[in-house]
Amino acid sequence: MAYKKHLLKKMKARWQIYLLLLLPVLYLVIFCYVPMFGQIIAFKDYNISDGIWGSKWVGLANFRTFFESYQFEQVLRNTLVLSIYGFLAGFPIPIALALILNALPGRRFKKLVQGTAFIPYFISTVVMVGLVLKILNNRSGLYGAVLMALTGRTPMDLFSKGSLFKHIYVWSGVWQSMGYNTVVYTAALAGVDESLHDAARIDRANRFQRLLHVDWPAIKPTVVIMMILSLGHIMSVGLDKALLMQNNINLAHSEIISTYVYKIGLASGLGNFSLSTAISIFNAVINLIMLFLANTISKKVTENSIF
Amino acid sequence: MRKFRNYGWDDKLFYIVSYFLTCVIFVVVLYPFLFVLSASFSSADAIFSGKVVLWPVDITLDGYKTVLHNTNILTGFLNSVLYTVTGTMINLVMTMTAAYCLSRDDVPGARIILFLFTFTMFFGGNMITNYMLIRSLGFLDKIWAIIIPGAISAYNLIIARTFIQSNIPRDLFEAAVMDGCSDIKYYVRIVLPLSKPVASVLVLFYAVGHWNSYFNPMIYLNTRSKFSMPLILKEILISNQIDPSTVTDPELQMRLASLAISIQYALIIVTLVPVIAIYPFIQKHFTKGIMLGSIKG
Repeated sequence: MAYKKHLLKKMKARWQIYLLLLLPVLYLVIFCYVPMFGQIIAFKDYNISDGIWGSKWVGLANFRTFFESYQFEQVLRNTLVLSIYGFLAGFPIPIALALILNALPGRRFKKLVQGTAFIPYFISTVVMVGLVLKILNNRSGLYGAVLMALTGRTPMDLFSKGSLFKHIYVWSGVWQSMGYNTVVYTAALAGVDESLHDAARIDRANRFQRLLHVDWPAIKPTVVIMMILSLGHIMSVGLDKALLMQNNINLAHSEIISTYVYKIGLASGLGNFSLSTAISIFNAVINLIMLFLANTISKKVTENSIF
Repeated sequence: MRKFRNYGWDDKLFYIVSYFLTCVIFVVVLYPFLFVLSASFSSADAIFSGKVVLWPVDITLDGYKTVLHNTNILTGFLNSVLYTVTGTMINLVMTMTAAYCLSRDDVPGARIILFLFTFTMFFGGNMITNYMLIRSLGFLDKIWAIIIPGAISAYNLIIARTFIQSNIPRDLFEAAVMDGCSDIKYYVRIVLPLSKPVASVLVLFYAVGHWNSYFNPMIYLNTRSKFSMPLILKEILISNQIDPSTVTDPELQMRLASLAISIQYALIIVTLVPVIAIYPFIQKHFTKGIMLGSIKG
């Protein structure tokens, strides 16, 4: 009782803080938690006239529909291909770039390369995709111009083959985010104790050996944490980019879970909200499992973890 | 620093390989931009015959002229400015206010609210339930649908809160209270002015996000006059559609079909110029922001 009174007094004294918090909390409830709990429609047969509460429960029927649909295997495979390929290509390159840049002596050149590699990150997805489509065009693009100069004829249209979609998607992504992802590692490398390098020099270690035995151990914890975080998002393939790069030819290779959710939920006239929510829950659950898995494994193997 | 010839052969090899790789990356990043820049000043004929490789061929400004005479592009640009400015203002006020309140350790319940915010980094609604919310609020096809959702990103909130906690000394608060300063007054007069460094990082994170945002405007906006720049860019750059009636210059309108490729290249350059122009300023803050975030995260 005394405690309660004390707490009430404390809260009263801070009334201005609660006043300030009113809007942010209102925002939090309405725009974060309402849509979060709204996802119960995945377990219902939602229709607009009955509303979320009135629609009847159907259990796991929506999930079953997705697993049994002929699209299931395809969208799951495409999502996994793009995400795993994207991870394998996109994760190590920034680390290598940061290590190499750090080893170079000249400050000016280093800054120039770092600054330039950063620019593509600020380009919007739309312009980015537009840029890729223009440059790789077999008639009017850079790809066309260079191959024309070399072979004397118009080369193959890269967008007419669906199986090339994943390469274009992944490597344009590497191109765009390489510089941005380097920053974290560069900062970690800046913290390396110079006396470690001096000690290694006395032991006649060359620069490459110092990179392996001084620089690399120094950034390893950062690398592990970044890896756990990216594995936790492994299924979150960029929706905007995939959507913008899709065409009728590559659809069999470019339809991923999120674009599929968009299509059956919002783009088509059907508006099957329950089914598309079920699919996106499936996606989120895989992300979470990956996050926990990566975290547990890394805790055991490297003793680094995020929780 | 030692001279290069004094290095051992192993170091020499290492540096040569490293410089080579770095130069390759430098060229790979920069070359596409140079190509687009050159192509934007070249005639459509030169582009299609593959003559443009590095320098502009058959120099013309038609692409740029058409871009500047297109009403759609102008409207889209102004809409994007509106959404970015108002949206970022809401972001900033909401995030800083929440960050200040949650940085106080004498407020019962603050920890719970902070946890609820952090939780949204891992769990959230999806595009369908967000859409249902916006629809039931009556925000469809309204500016609110663009600028209010995402008003506080949990990630940015944590950056700001960490900054306030570690950069504004507690003594200052105690002294202010002694002088009869209220919580709101302390926030407005002392916390906000001292938080300028982190506020500028937030402005940049949020503003770039708004400026580049594509998906939300696409699903929420129907009226053409409300379209933001990315929606217009999508039509012209990716769907290859330019409505002739939006080109105000009659002479350019007649030649529109043959100009399409020049327009696209010119448009890419026009949209990149603002980014490149503020880039040196942005870069410093972004780097700082990424670091602020990763310390905590």
